[in-house]
Amino acid sequence: MASGIKDKVAIIGMGCTRFGERWDTGPEQLLTEAFTEALADAGIERKQIGAAWYGSAMERSVGNSAIPLSTALRLEGIPVSRVENMCATGTEALRGAAYAVAAGAVDIALAMGAEKLKDTGYGGLPTLGKGNYADLWMPYGSAPAGFAQLAAGYRTKYKVSKEDLKRAIGRVSWKSHQNGVKNPKAHLRKAVDMETILKAPMIAEPLGVFDCCGVSDGAACAIVTTPDIARALGKKGLVTIKAIQLSASAGREWGTDQWDGSYVQNTRNAAKAAYHEAGIRNPREELSAMEVHDCFSITELVTMEDLGVSDDGQAWKDVLDGVFDADGKIPCQIDGGLKCFGHPIGASGLRMVYEHYLQLQGRAGPRQLEDPQLGLSHNLGGVPYNGVCAISIVGQEGR
Amino acid sequence: MPRAVIAAAHAWALPSLKSLGKGEKAFCGWDEDAITMAVEAGRDCLRGAPQGVQSIVGLNFASTSAPYADLQNGAIVGAALRLPESRGSADFAGSLRAGVSGLSQALLDSTPGDRLVVAAERRSGKPGSTQEMLYGSGAAALLVGQGEDVIARFLGRETVTVPFVDHFRQSGEKFDYFWEERWIRDEGVSKLVPRAVVALLKRLEVPIERVAHLGFAGGPSGSDKLIAKALTVAPEKLLPDLQAQVGDTGAAHPLLQLAAALERAQPGEVIVIACFGQGCEVVAFEMLRAAPSIAQRGLTASLARRIEESAYLKLLSFDGAIDLEWGMRAETDNKTALTQFYRIADQILGFVGGKCASCGTVQFPRFPSCVNCGANDSQTPFPLSGEPAKVATYTADWLQYSPSPPLYMGLVQFDIGARLLMEMVDIGPGGIEVGTPLTMCFRIKERDRQRHYDRYFWKAVPA
Repeated sequence: MASGIKDKVAIIGMGCTRFGERWDTGPEQLLTEAFTEALADAGIERKQIGAAWYGSAMERSVGNSAIPLSTALRLEGIPVSRVENMCATGTEALRGAAYAVAAGAVDIALAMGAEKLKDTGYGGLPTLGKGNYADLWMPYGSAPAGFAQLAAGYRTKYKVSKEDLKRAIGRVSWKSHQNGVKNPKAHLRKAVDMETILKAPMIAEPLGVFDCCGVSDGAACAIVTTPDIARALGKKGLVTIKAIQLSASAGREWGTDQWDGSYVQNTRNAAKAAYHEAGIRNPREELSAMEVHDCFSITELVTMEDLGVSDDGQAWKDVLDGVFDADGKIPCQIDGGLKCFGHPIGASGLRMVYEHYLQLQGRAGPRQLEDPQLGLSHNLGGVPYNGVCAISIVGQEGR
Repeated sequence: MPRAVIAAAHAWALPSLKSLGKGEKAFCGWDEDAITMAVEAGRDCLRGAPQGVQSIVGLNFASTSAPYADLQNGAIVGAALRLPESRGSADFAGSLRAGVSGLSQALLDSTPGDRLVVAAERRSGKPGSTQEMLYGSGAAALLVGQGEDVIARFLGRETVTVPFVDHFRQSGEKFDYFWEERWIRDEGVSKLVPRAVVALLKRLEVPIERVAHLGFAGGPSGSDKLIAKALTVAPEKLLPDLQAQVGDTGAAHPLLQLAAALERAQPGEVIVIACFGQGCEVVAFEMLRAAPSIAQRGLTASLARRIEESAYLKLLSFDGAIDLEWGMRAETDNKTALTQFYRIADQILGFVGGKCASCGTVQFPRFPSCVNCGANDSQTPFPLSGEPAKVATYTADWLQYSPSPPLYMGLVQFDIGARLLMEMVDIGPGGIEVGTPLTMCFRIKERDRQRHYDRYFWKAVPA
């Protein structure tokens, strides 16, 4: 097995815009806002960037080439690539930049993710359709309808009542809202009580409005280099990348009877590979914090089992027991998660890493955790039975 | 839908409709049309076909409400039924006689082979009209051929053709225009229909007393009794007019009545089915033996499979008579890549997946390599439309656009091993749960509201 990129790439600067309905802000301003913060944080000049990867998923929001990024940031004469992999897009940008640095192809690289969802006109993700193969047979469900099916599979397999599962997923959202209040860059900064969550209008059974993440605009970016160059730039207490892994569906989950609907195989695949790359044996004991893809509350719940931090069939109890609360054993969504940030597709993966980056440097203000060592980020694109999963792990150098 | 519901909705302006507010009518969901109903009737008919579909050399499709004016509707019906590509195919239209015409053309063709005849109508009446009250939607299919399996022998046909314009609908128009009912009944039906029936029975040398089942379609309701009286046929020999449960299904109606006759007739009895329309076309049969009790649903069981609907606005919306504000998600462009469609037409219309020769996995869609073992070009076609299945996962989607919300969808697990994401319809008040048994039905998947080429595919219904 390949040796991986553990500790071969350091993050020396990050930026993240405030997420939200940025009606007065265009994509070029979002990109500039995140980039300006990251450059200042890294203490470097724009001309020191050797290559850039730009993650954006929606043709109709920011654009489908590298040009929106190279033009907005005036990245002249260097390689700029655009990557797209549904909701894993932001992590794909980081993966490209990190691999370039680890390979020695460039000294300093930029990974940027951005989306202007509020330019599409939709509440929720836009409806697409091109008349191709899948369009001829596959029903167009909404994004929540894709993930809501996990609830049917999960409660059937583990014999959890509809009421208990509804309460557990409600608790997932309740916790994230509690956290989001403390984050000035979050879109939704309001605590919500359980009764409001449980009684909210139905979106895709059993997911109500509060079981769904917000829809927002945002951008986030990372500047990466080698640990040696970072040190030469005067950086201390380096945050390094421990692992970046990805898994994509090939049809087995929704094309055979080998999937029971209660978990996400791509997460299990990517987690296994990422733990191997990062040298993690017991994630429940070793991870300091998690930022997972809580596009919908049920997704976060099954992800706890897929990541191996809860035993199979036990996540709903762990959630209710507060294991993932800010003061729990492994805080999850300490920044508020997709729930409170919304999910500008291309930006989310880098926004998650941004929170870990702040936490690992002791810069997370009122959300600061005690002595964090390793942070895991998790993105899911597509639907549970046909999609992609990206996982990145960052931590203190040498940890 | 109970007709009283429709009458009540119009009572403020048209109180006289109350007199028609008896019984109920069958109407189409947004995703049903003459093609989808023809496929369902054809599937039911062929469940009892002794030789399967391979002996079928022709498909006659009849409708005055077929979705396409230029595109053979029967070509889609036949593909969904997986009939041999070497079959002949003809659409019959232009008159309520079309159903009987399609049937008699098949019966009169003496070349070898079986022929499937399907008549289907999705009938629309203008809101507030008598037609809205009386019209129904439905389809019937009959398999015509030679040999020992024949249950009723075709005796003959008679036609009278005159330019009697009782009603009409110009091409491109949505609703029929009618002349006075009394004139249609007295000058048209009462004179033309007995003339044709008498001529046929005389030529066949069948005395009127032998007629045990008389069906009539295409005229004003109640005119079957006038015809029976004129022919001196006892009223109890009249086949049901189906007004109480279905309504007038136009060109499909005489075939529905023939299906009713075949379900009840005894060996030796004569069945006469007459249809009015620019004259009359009448066919006669002699029952040879009782229809075998087979897997077919038939008319009686189909009528028992009902979902009662009492929201009149739903009927209007399904029929396109009102255009609700469905929001931005309804704006999706459903243009179909016809090149892509033709490449996989057997998968989409016939619901034919694949079975891997290497590992045995049945799957849909049929990709070049196996979903389970990855073997290349290892799959042989495997039809799924008749395979039993169950709900593996599901949700009711209130966010996505559906003309009939919520959109039920989920993974459908076939007992044979195949699995795919499907829309689930006709859920009924009982709802569904993981494990609910499902059967397949042919429906419109999406409508292209700009170009009007609708996508057809299969959906799952609780068994």
